[in-house]
Amino acid sequence: MLYRENGQFKSTYASDQQMLPIAQDRVFMVLLLAFAFIGVPLVTSDYVFLSLLIPFLILTLAAIGLNLLVGYCGQISIGHAAFMAVGAYAAYNLVLRVPQLNFLVVLLLAGLIAAVIGVLFGIPSLRIKGLYLAVATLAAQFFSDWMFARVKWFTNYAHSGSVQTAPIELFGWTVETPVEKYLFLLAVLVVFTLVAKNLVRGHIGREWMAMRDMDVAAEVIGIRPVYAKLTAFAVSAFYCGVAGALWGFVYLGSWEPLAFNLNLSLNLLFMIIIGGMGSLLGSYFGAAFIVALPILLDQVPIWLGVPISTATSAHLALMIFGALIVFFLIVEPHGLARLWAIGKEKLRLWPFPH
Amino acid sequence: MKVKSIVVAAAVAAAFASPAAFAQAKEQFFPSLVYRTGPYAPNGIPFANGFADYLKLINARDGGINGVKITFEECETGYATDKGVECYERLKGKGPTGATVFQPLSTGITFALTDKSFNDHIPIITAGYGRADSVDGTVFAWNFPLGGTYWDAADMLVQFVGKKEGGLDKLKGKKIALVYHDSPYGKEPIALLEERRKMHGYQLMLLPVTHPGVEQKATWLQIRQQRPDYVFLWGWGVMNSTALKEAVATGYPREKMYGVWWSGAEPDVAPVGEGAKGYNALVFLAPAGQGQVHKDIIKYVYDKGQGTGKKEDIGDVLYNRGLVSVMMAVEGVRRAHIKYGKRPLKGEEVRWGLENLAIDEAAIKRLGFAGFMTPVSTSCVNHEGDAQARIHTWDGKKWVVQPGVYHADTSILKPMIRASAEKYAAEKKITKRDCAKEAG
Amino acid sequence: MRKNWPVLALGAALLVGLALPLATGASSLGFYIEVLLGGLMTGVLYSLVALGFALIFKASGVFNFAQGAMVLFAALAVARLAEAVPLWLAIVLATAIMVALAWVIERVVLRPLVNQEGVTLLMATLGVTYFLDGFGQTVWGSDIYKIDLGIAKEPVMILEKLFEGGILVNKEDFLVAMVAAGLVAGLTLFFQKTATGRALRAVADDHQAAQSVGIPLNHIWVIIWSVAGFVALVAGVIWGSQLGVQFSLAQVALKALPVVILGGFTSIAGAIVGGLIIGVGEKMAEVFLGPVLVKAFDLAGGGIENWFAYVLALLFLLVRPEGLFGEKHIDRV
Repeated sequence: MLYRENGQFKSTYASDQQMLPIAQDRVFMVLLLAFAFIGVPLVTSDYVFLSLLIPFLILTLAAIGLNLLVGYCGQISIGHAAFMAVGAYAAYNLVLRVPQLNFLVVLLLAGLIAAVIGVLFGIPSLRIKGLYLAVATLAAQFFSDWMFARVKWFTNYAHSGSVQTAPIELFGWTVETPVEKYLFLLAVLVVFTLVAKNLVRGHIGREWMAMRDMDVAAEVIGIRPVYAKLTAFAVSAFYCGVAGALWGFVYLGSWEPLAFNLNLSLNLLFMIIIGGMGSLLGSYFGAAFIVALPILLDQVPIWLGVPISTATSAHLALMIFGALIVFFLIVEPHGLARLWAIGKEKLRLWPFPH
Repeated sequence: MKVKSIVVAAAVAAAFASPAAFAQAKEQFFPSLVYRTGPYAPNGIPFANGFADYLKLINARDGGINGVKITFEECETGYATDKGVECYERLKGKGPTGATVFQPLSTGITFALTDKSFNDHIPIITAGYGRADSVDGTVFAWNFPLGGTYWDAADMLVQFVGKKEGGLDKLKGKKIALVYHDSPYGKEPIALLEERRKMHGYQLMLLPVTHPGVEQKATWLQIRQQRPDYVFLWGWGVMNSTALKEAVATGYPREKMYGVWWSGAEPDVAPVGEGAKGYNALVFLAPAGQGQVHKDIIKYVYDKGQGTGKKEDIGDVLYNRGLVSVMMAVEGVRRAHIKYGKRPLKGEEVRWGLENLAIDEAAIKRLGFAGFMTPVSTSCVNHEGDAQARIHTWDGKKWVVQPGVYHADTSILKPMIRASAEKYAAEKKITKRDCAKEAG
Repeated sequence: MRKNWPVLALGAALLVGLALPLATGASSLGFYIEVLLGGLMTGVLYSLVALGFALIFKASGVFNFAQGAMVLFAALAVARLAEAVPLWLAIVLATAIMVALAWVIERVVLRPLVNQEGVTLLMATLGVTYFLDGFGQTVWGSDIYKIDLGIAKEPVMILEKLFEGGILVNKEDFLVAMVAAGLVAGLTLFFQKTATGRALRAVADDHQAAQSVGIPLNHIWVIIWSVAGFVALVAGVIWGSQLGVQFSLAQVALKALPVVILGGFTSIAGAIVGGLIIGVGEKMAEVFLGPVLVKAFDLAGGGIENWFAYVLALLFLLVRPEGLFGEKHIDRV
């Protein structure tokens, strides 16, 4: 009843092409943003910030990056944590060696460096695709694990191979408390989501989707596969590079190469599959799901007051996690974003479905 | 047991909703980061059991620390840094006064928590692991590598083989291979071994083994080719037993292999059995065996059906190390009671206790640890106490402690610790503590 | 022939790389042979895991990430059962368990997902992996367990007259090689000579055509997953007897991915040859190339075997995407 677009006429091209064509969506978005920026800091505890919201925001950014490549351009990757690692170590070295740089510049440069590496490992995609490409991206994963553990320069000759960072500073503002970290990350994520949304709505995004849907046909209508695929790799790696830098600087504070191992890559992939491939909203859902689920599963026995041992609860969590993934794939292979879309569709007709 | 768990769980659930509600409870909360699953579970389980059993003993035998009941909760880290950080955030605010002290049993997690300690003001005890440079209490205000660091361990091993050769100068031209877990844990000793190499002129072969450490064929082929005079083993979990198996398979003499104190427990050698005979490892604080405290644990905890693990595993190397680790934390609280009164303490107050630990031989005897521990006394500047260790050898069935006690050479370690701590302080932009001023 | 030159070039480069340590005198012949044998032995183990991959991919088009978890699960089952019953009975029982597992996976996971995209199926097997990791440790425990095949582990020195220092070999390694060879021979016979084998091959060639001539697809899938489960069991027992049965086993199995790329996804011979190439390649690289790299770039230790297999597979993909023995119709751009 509330969610109807009757009477909202588009009289200009601009209004027809805007990002949220329905007035209610715009209101909802404004309210949501207001809640995220003002409401959440008022009601949330430090634990929720540090263990849920901060990882959620950063991983969403990374998941958007991966989704641009996998969901929009159809090139699968099981090695995207490698680009996060590149971003993190690039940012670390930039801050260390050029300390006068503003952190925002550092972020962008870290992203760009990751993008260059992304293009490099994207080259095989010109010749192979599907699962074969997945294994090729695994090469990126293991190579980066090795490189950052072995080449001493990257870690500034730290004797333990672990690097640490100071809290970041922006124009005299030290981002240190959980709330500050949250607000900073939220702002970054909003900007990057906007950029991504416009990328996929625009010329380049359509090229990616054409490549995904049928590469031969795309080529026939004049889309250059080299350009489309490599830009997808570059943009995707850029997002992950930025996310990696944030993961290191804002979330971990000190890290070792293991922080960006295969598990993280797989988790990113889970996020976009469960959230929904080819949907930015899905990246949000997926990240929230993957971040919150293990923590929830850990807590449930405690909440219920069931005295089970730590080991059993950890094993149970693994089992439930695996089972839920299979369950979601069977019930809704297009992800949570699809459920959301169905819900919206239903809402349009509610309460008079006929 | 059940009722108590439910009470604890209810307390925990309530604390989740409103931490203030339980401010009156006379309880001291001990968080316990454990790993009972995953690749390192065989080593994590006995340590966690010892940890839990001792806390249960204090409650059952003494009614808590000076009348303050102990509560504790385990959180599974799986030896992964990110899970460890999440556990830390989850547990740090629990109990009436927040977490007492963290003991993550993982060098990687220690690195991450060190970072957070400066804001949260909760001490971290890393008995025998963690950052070697965190001995320096002026920079690492919250870290307590009680009883020894990896630099100490590496130094002792070099001294030991030096003695075996008939003097440190005889090490010239000898070849030492370090087979290490490829993580901050395994890499820590390298700096010290390099420093000693410059002094004594031995050759150092660095052979990293990737997590989890079951793939070591190439490593041991290289050892077979190069035939080093000694192999130092710096492994954890399944990596240790695999290394010994590969040593058997390539025919490298086990007598020439020396493990750090984390590579010398029952799960490391038991799967190899007779094959590991002759293998040596450092042992610090607590060797295997049972003493008065174990008898008490059996009497007050296990005989009442409240034991954490299996009765026959009491007294294993890692079990005892868990006991000693948490005992030092408990003693830190007890010590702080003298200054702050017999009430639940905050992390900051516990730190004072840990910085003024004075566990001498008499105290060790009183606590029931006679024969299982060496004295530890700390200060604001020195967060480690005195590091000393012995060597024990696997005879195919059990660990046999060899005569001779080793101390790290502080003249070498001190400048290294200072330099490394200064670098950390500069990178993290930390203002150093002034210990003289705090004391006065 | 002209189209084959990149393959030949890559092959030639690898051969030169293989010969270099000998040619430059970096290694004695005896030691070289030891490394080669060590590599082959590791390769056999990779092959056994890769074999399971290839079987399942061939018959159902599923890229089974859970093969490693199955190896662990089977090994755990054998190790724990062997504590109560004789080893042979434990193996029989564990085989039965693996068959039951295959049936459950087919019922619960594969059947509802039939006709989904490859990526979705891959994700589903990832879910199965997590489930098995948790389930296995709940049921069987998470300590280190032993499987004792009753073979001496002390090495024997042979050919001491021929080479300086002799060559070190293990009896166990030979047994492993024999078992692997037997398994491959058995599987080949099964596929070529039995009716079920023919049906399996038909399904592999064309699902729909096979179904239309009356081959029951679901049955076939249960069989193929059971066979893969059995292969996992053999791999698990062998691996477990050498390294001890522990959670970490599942992670080593990841190496099977580059093996199947190299050998071709659908080929049994490819899995074997690919495994041997990867095994030898990475051990040679680690032992001979590693120290050179460490010296040249001042690295903190070698450890290149962790990515060598993947990079080798990647190079191979670029020159010959279908792998050594794979079938030609492959998604190429």
